[in-house]
Amino acid sequence: MSNGNRQVLTGHQVVANAMRQVDPDVVAAYPITPQSEIVEYFSKFVADGKVDSEVITVESEHSAMSACVGSSAAGARTMTATASQGLALMLEIVYIAASMRAPIVMTVANRALSGPINIHCDHSDSMAARDSGVIQIYGEDAQEAYDFTLMAQRLAENEDVLLPVMVTLDGFTLTHTAQVAELLPDDTVTDFVGEYEPLYPLLDVDNPTTQGPFDMPDYYFEHKLQQVEAMNNVPEKFLEVQEEFSDLSDREYSGLFESYRLDDADYAIVLLGSTAGTAKVVVDELRDKGKKVGLLKPWMFRPFPAEEMKEALKEKEAVAVFDRSLSFGSSGPLYLEVSSALSHEDNKPRLYNYTYGLGGRDIAEGHIAEVFEDLENPDLESKMHYINART
Amino acid sequence: MAEFELKKYDEVPIGGVVTGGATPELNETGDWRSNRPIFDEDKCIQCLLCWSHCPDASFYIEDEEVQGIDYDHCKGCGICAEICPVDAITMVPEGEDSEDE
Ligand code: SF4
Ligand code: SF4
Repeated sequence: MSNGNRQVLTGHQVVANAMRQVDPDVVAAYPITPQSEIVEYFSKFVADGKVDSEVITVESEHSAMSACVGSSAAGARTMTATASQGLALMLEIVYIAASMRAPIVMTVANRALSGPINIHCDHSDSMAARDSGVIQIYGEDAQEAYDFTLMAQRLAENEDVLLPVMVTLDGFTLTHTAQVAELLPDDTVTDFVGEYEPLYPLLDVDNPTTQGPFDMPDYYFEHKLQQVEAMNNVPEKFLEVQEEFSDLSDREYSGLFESYRLDDADYAIVLLGSTAGTAKVVVDELRDKGKKVGLLKPWMFRPFPAEEMKEALKEKEAVAVFDRSLSFGSSGPLYLEVSSALSHEDNKPRLYNYTYGLGGRDIAEGHIAEVFEDLENPDLESKMHYINART
Repeated sequence: MAEFELKKYDEVPIGGVVTGGATPELNETGDWRSNRPIFDEDKCIQCLLCWSHCPDASFYIEDEEVQGIDYDHCKGCGICAEICPVDAITMVPEGEDSEDE
């Protein structure tokens, strides 16, 4: 059981506190809305002597992740945080971090990618990174962002994984709002995350290594297969870490996604992030009216829990997959995953794709209720549906 | 070129890490050079600027003096010829002068 304390904190403060408790050796970051305050609060902790980290202020996110890769290769526990354009600029090096098996934990405060320039939430930034080799975990609220930041540390550094982990929280909706969150005691986190023992620390001069070398066609493929295997190891390790974490907090985590009143539901919505909070209210209201509706909220998007999700959804009548980003000329990224997971099922549910919330566009309970109503219609068109957009 | 047995994905260290150090000794990487630095021992004043600037550590040094150039690793970038204060290094097109080979 937890001896932690419940506090009213913003998403920024919660993540900064998680970082303080993890006590990384190095944090390299560059400010960008809506992430900036995370590293600001963290830097204050460093300046006040509350944490012993080296903060490297760099001139761009490309440099931030480059510094992180160097620091991680040296053998230091390393963290960073970014958003939107910052992640886009960083992306080249995120691929390299993953390929060099650098267990960097990074927060992404989800924000729309330009253009048009916009500072509000959608998932186009993290979705652009989905093929980089980074593990992706999406949080619904500040509490989940805190919990997953701590769990991410263990997952990233697991010897069968050794990959960077991205923990996301919706920009503004979660970063800038005050919420009740429970922080674990500092020593509980210290024990939970443990000491980091790097596999090939570059600074170990008695055991010299070459890191990040050039690969000819004769080895590139094999090194990529190593990343594939590491990614395949993630679900099992994530569940183990969740179990351990659940024991020391008041929160129950046991799965790659959260199922909310889903088991006996005929109609389901699948979506990522903070909108799940609104969707749960709608599910409760419709359940009170006797409707068999439910929600599936993936925590983990990379690796994608296809098998588990197929089992959870295959008996449903109809499923609406909500995407908060576009893949121009195709369906939304979450829809494609769910569709692919169900593709070999004979009696699969009717499946629909809804795009919502681009550039911070509001989504209200009524919009979600309408989708559940849509789903009851067997003749519902299978085109892309746009929620709360002036089509 | 040294011969290596090609290994399976799970038989090599992860992340492309090469363990053991001194790996350049196993790989001759100077074979795509198009210009070759020629070292003139008589002009050399042993300032070692070439040695400290060469990006490929291709100067043979003994008793703190330049002995010659390691053509198995030199890429022919010409930095040494640029930096040498007494023009003791000249760049010639590869193949035109093969002394010191
Ligand atoms: S040409 Fe370049 S690589 Fe070759 S010895 Fe001179 S500095 Fe070194
Ligand atoms: S820079 Fe020129 S003078 Fe100096 S050591 Fe090299 S070759 Fe000799």
